[in-house]
Amino acid sequence: MPGGAKAHLLELQNVRTELQLRDGVLTAVDCVSFHVDSGETLGIVGESGSGKTMTALSILRLLPRSGRVTNGQVRFKGRDLLALSEGEMEEIRGAEIAMIFQDPMTSLNPVFEVGWQVGEPLRLHRATGGRESMSKAVEMFSRVGIPEAARRVSQYPHMFSGGMRQRAMIAMGLSTEPSLLIADEPTTALDVTIQAQILELLRTLNREFGTATILITHNLGVVAGMCERVVVMYAGRVVEQGPTRDVFAHPQHPYTWSLLHSIPRLDDESGKPLRPVEGAPPDMLQLPPGCKFNPRCPFAIEQCSKEEPELLPVKGAQLARCWVTQAGDELTEPGA
Amino acid sequence: MPEALLEARGLKTWFPVRSGVLQRTTGQVRAVDGVDLEIRRGETLGLVGESGCGKSTLGRSLLRLVEPTAGQILFKGKDLLRLGPAGMRRMRREMAMIFQDPFASLDPRQTVGGILAEALEIHGLHQGARQRQARIAELLDVVGLSPALAGRYPHEFSGGQRQRIGIARALAVDPSFIVCDEPISALDVSIQAQIVNLLERLQEQFKLTYLFIAHDLSVVKHISDRIAVMYLGKIVEMSAARELYRAPRHPYTASLLSAIPIPDPAVERGRERIILKGDVASPIDPPSGCRFRTRCFKAQPRCAESEPPLDTVQVGEHRAACYFPLEP
Repeated sequence: MPGGAKAHLLELQNVRTELQLRDGVLTAVDCVSFHVDSGETLGIVGESGSGKTMTALSILRLLPRSGRVTNGQVRFKGRDLLALSEGEMEEIRGAEIAMIFQDPMTSLNPVFEVGWQVGEPLRLHRATGGRESMSKAVEMFSRVGIPEAARRVSQYPHMFSGGMRQRAMIAMGLSTEPSLLIADEPTTALDVTIQAQILELLRTLNREFGTATILITHNLGVVAGMCERVVVMYAGRVVEQGPTRDVFAHPQHPYTWSLLHSIPRLDDESGKPLRPVEGAPPDMLQLPPGCKFNPRCPFAIEQCSKEEPELLPVKGAQLARCWVTQAGDELTEPGA
Repeated sequence: MPEALLEARGLKTWFPVRSGVLQRTTGQVRAVDGVDLEIRRGETLGLVGESGCGKSTLGRSLLRLVEPTAGQILFKGKDLLRLGPAGMRRMRREMAMIFQDPFASLDPRQTVGGILAEALEIHGLHQGARQRQARIAELLDVVGLSPALAGRYPHEFSGGQRQRIGIARALAVDPSFIVCDEPISALDVSIQAQIVNLLERLQEQFKLTYLFIAHDLSVVKHISDRIAVMYLGKIVEMSAARELYRAPRHPYTASLLSAIPIPDPAVERGRERIILKGDVASPIDPPSGCRFRTRCFKAQPRCAESEPPLDTVQVGEHRAACYFPLEP
């Protein structure tokens, strides 16, 4: 490492991912740089189409056939994942980096016993035998809080509720004790009381196994409760990143600021009308010139529609892609 | 206290479960299983609960979009369940529904103007081409869309704009009561507040009464005057919105509130959470007594013996169906 700096577990530098569509080339991810350290939980927050899932799939090289990473580096434990052969990459997937998805219904195969599927990474990556993988599955089932583990390993996915399926997916992901877990909207399809159970489980497992986690979500409340640091994405770019506490207390990008001001809070007693974000999320095939948020931005200045800012340090440990805060101006209620 | 616009008494909506080659009825899904509630003129009543609790079925039953099995629905004093087809058609002009997924609920082959014209035509409103055009323009304008867009098709609009079209269609018949069934949960976070504010503005402008169904308690608390909490086909707690948040009495409401993440790390880290055990029981064969007792942290033997009625706890307007309620 240059300068002897401590190496990050995962580091993305200037990643660009393009999708070849019938109507043209869609740049789903552009200039994305961030890192994850061992044991920490990093949140990636953004709306649908902001590029957060495509970023995760780019890391694991699981992009759809039309997709390609056309620029940048993904360094994991010092190796550039984009330069590995498909065989080497398979060694990393499931063994070193595990991923769990939003919909546990479609990520389990309906015709195999759940325990057998949970043991699959062990058989593939740890040369574990069939019977031993089943007994390891029983152990993992109890660790993720599936009751009657010994009986339930031999049941089929349709006999599991949504919350139990997600627990099984987490058991599968963690069975090989990977150093990084990528959880893509793991609770979005679940009810709130079940969401609370799964988030509690992820917190406990993160403490016990020390697995670093990337938690992808559109829910700012989930980020607030789970993540030490957060990356905010908009239109395929990172627009802000920093310690969760600082980003929520003093957002340095107008998109973050606007989102935080637009959502109702359970503990808000003021009864004031919400302050909506104007306009609509951008058409990714026709992005505006300059800053991609400028047409919706209440703070935009002339420069914003002409030139796109870079992601630069703005305040403390916070980085933002914004001309206004980079010039040292505060984001305060317009007209206040 | 304003008078009730709509009142449900002992409302039940059951769906038969059929199985075997002969498709015999082997059980009943008790989606709505004995609900009493009133919705007052001009208010927003929030209805919350988790998936499968029966909140959508209740909303649809109130409009008779699904046929209730038993009970009464009094709308402006008339029992909807005793009206014939002609009487019901007249009543339909007074009530409308806004759906969760504006894409699935708009006919993709019709222009926006056509969709709105159809709603007017069914009820013979604003007859004559010019009057109809004027009404369509007015409806689009009122939901914040340019009347020039009437010739476009639903796929040409963004999610937020499509929900505005859904709202315009609901307003077409000039109703007094609207059931909003998860109207913002399919929308992007940055768009949700636009639609919430629009619904609030329209309520004031047209003196509307809303039943606002959602699973997101933060939104429901923001928009509602009163809130009803539903669990497995029953209303388990009902009170003024702020009161419910400040002092929930039913253990289910308390755990639901504590499960909602608050977007503030300083608050969120210090919160005490009630983590419920297990999953919701089956509405085909609900537990005896209180239906929540299988997941409840306060359950006692009595809870299995008999079902607590909603007025077991009653302090002013605040009611809860629980023998061992939380202290206020």
